[in-house]
Amino acid sequence: MTLRKRHIGLLIYFGVLLLPIYWMLNMSLRTNADILGGFAFVPTDPTLDNYLKIFTDPSWYSGYINSIIYVSINTVISLSVALPAAYAFSRYRFFGDKHMFFWLLTNRMAPPAVFLLPFFQLYSTFGLIDTHIAVAISHCLFNVPLAVWILEGFMSGVPREIDEMAYMDGYSFPRFFGTIFVPLIRSGIGVTAFFCFMFSWVELLLARTLTTTDAKPIAATMTRTVSATGLDWGLLAAAGVLTIVPGALVIWFVRNHMAKGFALGRV
Amino acid sequence: MDKWQDNRAWFMVLPVFAIVAISAIIPLMTVVNYSVQDIFGPGQRVFVGTEWFKEVLTNSRLHDAFIRQLIFSTLVLVIEIPLGVLVALALPKRGWGVPVSLVLLALPLLIPWNVIGTIWIIFTRPDIGLFGAAINGLGISFDHTANPLDAWVTVMLMEVWHWTPLVVLLAYAGLRAIPEAYFQAARIDGASAWATFRYIQLPKMRGVLTIAVLLRFMDSFLIYAEPFVLTGGGPGNATTFLSIHLVKMAVGQFDLGPAAAFSLIYFLIVLLFSWLFYQALQNVGTGDKGGGR
Repeated sequence: MTLRKRHIGLLIYFGVLLLPIYWMLNMSLRTNADILGGFAFVPTDPTLDNYLKIFTDPSWYSGYINSIIYVSINTVISLSVALPAAYAFSRYRFFGDKHMFFWLLTNRMAPPAVFLLPFFQLYSTFGLIDTHIAVAISHCLFNVPLAVWILEGFMSGVPREIDEMAYMDGYSFPRFFGTIFVPLIRSGIGVTAFFCFMFSWVELLLARTLTTTDAKPIAATMTRTVSATGLDWGLLAAAGVLTIVPGALVIWFVRNHMAKGFALGRV
Repeated sequence: MDKWQDNRAWFMVLPVFAIVAISAIIPLMTVVNYSVQDIFGPGQRVFVGTEWFKEVLTNSRLHDAFIRQLIFSTLVLVIEIPLGVLVALALPKRGWGVPVSLVLLALPLLIPWNVIGTIWIIFTRPDIGLFGAAINGLGISFDHTANPLDAWVTVMLMEVWHWTPLVVLLAYAGLRAIPEAYFQAARIDGASAWATFRYIQLPKMRGVLTIAVLLRFMDSFLIYAEPFVLTGGGPGNATTFLSIHLVKMAVGQFDLGPAAAFSLIYFLIVLLFSWLFYQALQNVGTGDKGGGR
């Protein structure tokens, strides 16, 4: 009986979770006139025009490419600097380690709005405005601390006897780290990569401020085009649906790592 | 087990330190610099000391935004944490349901924040939105663009919809880490579901819940894009949270000095609260990590 109640509760929760997304999908398959003309739970006359427009207009689809480029760069940078640091935090005591660890997390506490102007000036100085790398580096502000934090958790779950044994067997640190340790925390790296991807993909304020045209993220493209053409709800919804696709693909690929990571209880 | 003592570990932390320093310390110094000067234009600036801080601390519109922000973040924590734990408890533990649930749960988290706002505009508008039309169809007049209470309800719904899955994912991870033997022991002792939760599951989730509370507190306190897109901070100033106010000041009115001073105070508030939460949660109960420092 309790089992059944639990399932009904879950079904309701997932229903509520998916309803707004379904509604956007529904809108994206209708023309603007159709949307404003009448209310329909299921599109009566579905059309792919909105999607066609996005895929054929470079000012639309380049936004997706830009976002994917800087998000990927950010994920790679975050992981490669966070891996050794997380190892240090999980294995060693050193001068100021605890303070350093908490300080890292404090960087997530600064309102991104605070950094808008200084970032703009900093990156202007180096001529990096409107480049993918500028956005990627600025997103390290919140992704690197998070990556360190998550990876440290996973690494602490690996017994230190493994390290000791490898060193006794004459492994050098880089060789041990690359061939033994990293494969052991594969799931953790998958989960971390997912979180880095996610937070970089969804961030708008910094990405929008640091770019003008060449590296403009899709999220910013949406706000611009919408305000310029009046509100085309169908097109807006189609663009919105397409912003979910890359994330959904990524999570589909890491789902097994996620499940494994979750089984270890480390996020 | 004690960690190895070795200060050379600093070399491994150095890259992280360098990259976060570039993107945090240098900009923060710029903000500090602005906060004590009056800037008229390039090269024209006057040192004004703590004037901006005084102005910001006595600004009544900021006080209102701060109170709004506090209420908002409190509601977020009070609703999302228990709901997230509840859903996590109900999730399947094995089988095909696990990956499907995880993927579905992660979906809202992967949507860019301004698109979240867009989704909820489309969803709640009285004319084209499913939710808006349904509520109005029930005879309750609902319009988040005109009525402050409706705007709050919509923003809260959006926030709970958007972020509860994060709490669920974290809590679920914590639950999965509990060895099956604990539950067998509880079953043998004839423990009720509540007792199992209270004395086994809840204490074991302390670590992940700490992260969940901290993340939810920080991010809800810094919320910007979603309510900005949904309501633009209105109607009136009803949903003008601190970040929205800050961006209005810094970008809209170009009041760099006050905006910088406000930024620093804002940052310190978040820091203080997070530290308090961190300390409190570290010392609650007796966990396997030994209760903090």
